Amino acid sequence: MYAPHTQADIEAMLRCIGVDSIDRLLEVPQALRLQEPLEVVSALPEYRLRRRIEQMAKRNSGADFVSFLGGGAYRHYAPPAISALAMRGEFLTAYTPYQAEVSQGYLQAIYEWQTYICLLTGMDLADASVYDGATALAESAIMAIGATGRRKFLVSRAVNPNYRAVLRTYCNGLDVTVDEITLTADGTTDLEALARAVASQEYAGVAMQSPNFFGNVDALDAAAQVTLSASGTVPVAVIAEAISLAALATPASWGAQIVAGEAQSFGVPVAYGGPHVGFIATTNAHMRRIPGRLVGKTRDSAGRTAYVLTLQAREQHIRRERATSNICTNQAHCALIATIYLALLGETGLRDVAALNLERSRELATAVSNAGIKLRFSAPFFNEIVVEVGRRGRDVLAALQERGILGGIDLGRWYPEYENCILMAATELTTTAEIGKLAGALQEVGRVGAAV
Amino acid sequence: MSAPPSERTVSPLIFDQGQRGRANRYVERGKALDAFLPRNLLRDELPLPENTELDVVRHYTRLSQRTFGIDVGFYPLGSCTMKYNPKVNDTLASQHEFADLHPFVPDELAQGALQVMHELERSFCSLFGMAAFSLNPSAGAQAELAALLVAKKYFRDRGETQRDKVIVPDTAHGTNPASAAMCGFTVISLKSDTRGRVDPAEIRKVLGPDTAVCMMTNPNTLGLFEERIHEVTDAVHEAGGLMYYDGANANALMGNTRPGDMGFDLMHLNTHKTFTIPHGGGGAGHGPLGVAAHLIEYLPTPYVVRDGDRYRLDFDRPKSIGPMRSFWSNFAHAVRALAYLYANGAEGLTKASQYAVLNANYLRVKIAEFLETPYPEICRHEFVASAQRLKKETGVRALDIAKALLDRNFMAPTIYFPLIVPEALMIEPTETESKETLDAFVDALREIVETAKRDPQSLMNAPVNTVVGRVDEARAARQPDLRWDPHV
Amino acid sequence: MATPQDLRYSKEHEWARVNGDGAVIGITDYAQRSLGDIVYVELPKVGEQIKQFGSIGVVESVKAVSDLFTPLSGEVVEVNGALDGDPAAVNRDPYGDGWMLKLKLSNPDETKSLLSAEEYDKLAAE
Ligand SMILES: Cc1ncc(COP(=O)(O)O)c(C=O)c1O
Repeated sequence: MYAPHTQADIEAMLRCIGVDSIDRLLEVPQALRLQEPLEVVSALPEYRLRRRIEQMAKRNSGADFVSFLGGGAYRHYAPPAISALAMRGEFLTAYTPYQAEVSQGYLQAIYEWQTYICLLTGMDLADASVYDGATALAESAIMAIGATGRRKFLVSRAVNPNYRAVLRTYCNGLDVTVDEITLTADGTTDLEALARAVASQEYAGVAMQSPNFFGNVDALDAAAQVTLSASGTVPVAVIAEAISLAALATPASWGAQIVAGEAQSFGVPVAYGGPHVGFIATTNAHMRRIPGRLVGKTRDSAGRTAYVLTLQAREQHIRRERATSNICTNQAHCALIATIYLALLGETGLRDVAALNLERSRELATAVSNAGIKLRFSAPFFNEIVVEVGRRGRDVLAALQERGILGGIDLGRWYPEYENCILMAATELTTTAEIGKLAGALQEVGRVGAAV
Repeated sequence: MSAPPSERTVSPLIFDQGQRGRANRYVERGKALDAFLPRNLLRDELPLPENTELDVVRHYTRLSQRTFGIDVGFYPLGSCTMKYNPKVNDTLASQHEFADLHPFVPDELAQGALQVMHELERSFCSLFGMAAFSLNPSAGAQAELAALLVAKKYFRDRGETQRDKVIVPDTAHGTNPASAAMCGFTVISLKSDTRGRVDPAEIRKVLGPDTAVCMMTNPNTLGLFEERIHEVTDAVHEAGGLMYYDGANANALMGNTRPGDMGFDLMHLNTHKTFTIPHGGGGAGHGPLGVAAHLIEYLPTPYVVRDGDRYRLDFDRPKSIGPMRSFWSNFAHAVRALAYLYANGAEGLTKASQYAVLNANYLRVKIAEFLETPYPEICRHEFVASAQRLKKETGVRALDIAKALLDRNFMAPTIYFPLIVPEALMIEPTETESKETLDAFVDALREIVETAKRDPQSLMNAPVNTVVGRVDEARAARQPDLRWDPHV
Repeated sequence: MATPQDLRYSKEHEWARVNGDGAVIGITDYAQRSLGDIVYVELPKVGEQIKQFGSIGVVESVKAVSDLFTPLSGEVVEVNGALDGDPAAVNRDPYGDGWMLKLKLSNPDETKSLLSAEEYDKLAAE
């Protein structure tokens, strides 16, 4: 219990209010009184509650396995300076900065975050965050629908399946149809199919992810950009591995009008799925459709530089049922973490991380090839690869797990045609020894499998 | 806040600091990128500033010092439940076995995490009288959207697709109508009665075969208990609609009264309010969605299931509305909420809301001595005062009072919400504040009101003790400057 | 600011300067004052047909949005593009630089249903 009152305080306060007991303040009709005792634990002193939750934590052995898991959440190195700063109580226990004059620090940090996202994506502006990459995609679709007045949205099958599922959840609410674009044999979006689909001029927007769910670079080419702009379809770029932004051509350079991204890779722990941090970046033309908070730079009464939440008339607290989105609480603290991460790494550090991801994933690709495992695709990739294991991916993963390795993600979970495939990620944290261990285990599992 | 003005007012952006070549060495030097990918796939430049770790530490330490959190002072922000956020919660949430657990780890290697989620869910069910909770939604607004999607699917399955109206009282939070619109529902705004409540007779007038959901909170956003809630929920149910409980005000009744017993079919919690999860300057939040038994199948995926002593994530739920987000939950926040639950137990939670109500009523009575309180009766965890009379007499508005409080080292209350009270000041002290703090706040507010009568202009110029003076919001919106630009 | 005598007014606080089958439309001084600092004006597209008293756009101030209704029916022939860069013109000069759109009226008779300056002043005083 974190309440400070002494008995004397309580009595004095009740006297002031003019009632004789706290119960008088909470009176409810008979039918609303608790009918049965609550099934909630009894209070524990802090050292015991700590022990109890620490024991639960120990039952997560998965945190200590050699891991090649990616698929939308990535383990990267996070300097301790991040948490030393981000966990400062002034940041951690602040609410949304409605009162600008006592929130200049946080507002400035968000303005810096918006800038970082713009510099990385090449876009004109970015919001203060949305829940995650998947909802960033869904909200981007809503922006495109608003901008075009069309009621259909197109998404590549190479977009993260979790993102596509969330896109569907949101679009169901609006009775918007979502159609999917097929894949090429090389694990990229079929741009010809895309061109055929948008020719109908029925689609509000089309979402592509690069690097896509299979790790492959998957941007619009020049011809597709021309087709899209002729059809009035808004190109949406999805970024699920933000480190790639330090290496690959920006989404702006390949024609994106909206970028829907996930910035977990910038120092935010994977934390069994959250909190992570989504963002939306766009062009000035779509400024008034962007969801969520925006921080702007302005002046104070004495002409000094100051920051403030702005363009609020877009938001639910003012526009209510006509707002661009219902989002209120966002992921500000994760955005702060990402901002500090980017400040610490700087240009050189971030490029080094990107280069190491490229290097380690190629080392991984070579090692598994040498172990006799086939790479499924030959398209250029960032830090994830798809391998074909000759039998059901999940069986191989189970065998690897027995050897202390989380070998990757079973693609059969979403792609029946890739039932024999595994998605593997390598980051700067992946060691040569770990790659060796995986390759060895794969060979062993292969032999065992062959024997069965 | 005692540094000389010159030092306090200058805070250069990170982009205007540093020197190329001042990079920190966190990882090995990488090779040139074109060793791995063809040039046409690579970006040209990466114009990010380079600062030493020391410079970055000083920069963000300075920014933190220019930010007001609960750890700095009293934060009576109505509707936001800014109570103390225990530090042990953060320690537990950031343990390696939680922080470094990848969401795609197989269930059998994440049993502890699943247990956290399951125990939290079961406790919520008992505390709020619901049959099940999904920990999937990321915040209150997203849970509202999820709930309305549940309702939409539920009605579709029953062949009642004509149900396209969502009723919200005029005191409702903006997310309620905004969420309804994102689900394609038409919003009907219901006028509150003179006592600030929903009148069951009024709601009956708008109910019909097109009623889908009625969204309410209890106590409502005026801090008043809707004691006729059963008449409302019965009427809506009779019309075939569903009742949604906006849990932003759950701190007023946790452990004392249950939304389930009031007849609500769906509800959310803002655990970043009620369960001490730090709000982090705007998030991340955590918005568990509770449902009555007839709606369980529709909950978002995945749902944590317990089979004997094993836990698993269940994705195979054919009637589900689908997932609301990439991964299962804002899990680190589930750890924090569970720690808070353990620290309090049932008795502690019950007491916590009682003290929250005690503190609010104490403030209400003291403040009524010098400010209008349009609903002068026992309130729950918060109440709304109004500066309307003061404005007529002196020109001083709620906004000016808010800014003057900042000068006196208090966070301002929520202002201009709910919309039905002119010049509203919505005050929520929470249970973790002591009588001394409350008294100091009352004194500050009293002094401000007295100043308004003597020297109103001084308040219209407030704040003057903060790092910047009153910020020009019109300029920000008229000439949007949303980022630093390297070319300017 | 005195309410100009030569304009016609709607109950929703818009004015119209009618000239034959053309009209210029804007919002009144009373409206701009109650909205406060106007930061953005969303106007219909040129060529659009609009109907008397229909909602045709929004006016945003820092903390509020309000619908813009047209006092008269017709085709939009011009919108005040300058308001994009300078929405404050509506606050400064609501009957001049702050004008919003020009209409080719489809039914000039509708003018009769609008208020005179005197009638409007009475309404605004309530
Ligand atoms: C009454 C009420 N409902 C809903 C919400 C929305 O919750 P969230 O900010 O978690 O999305 C809030 C919080 O701001 C609120 O105060």
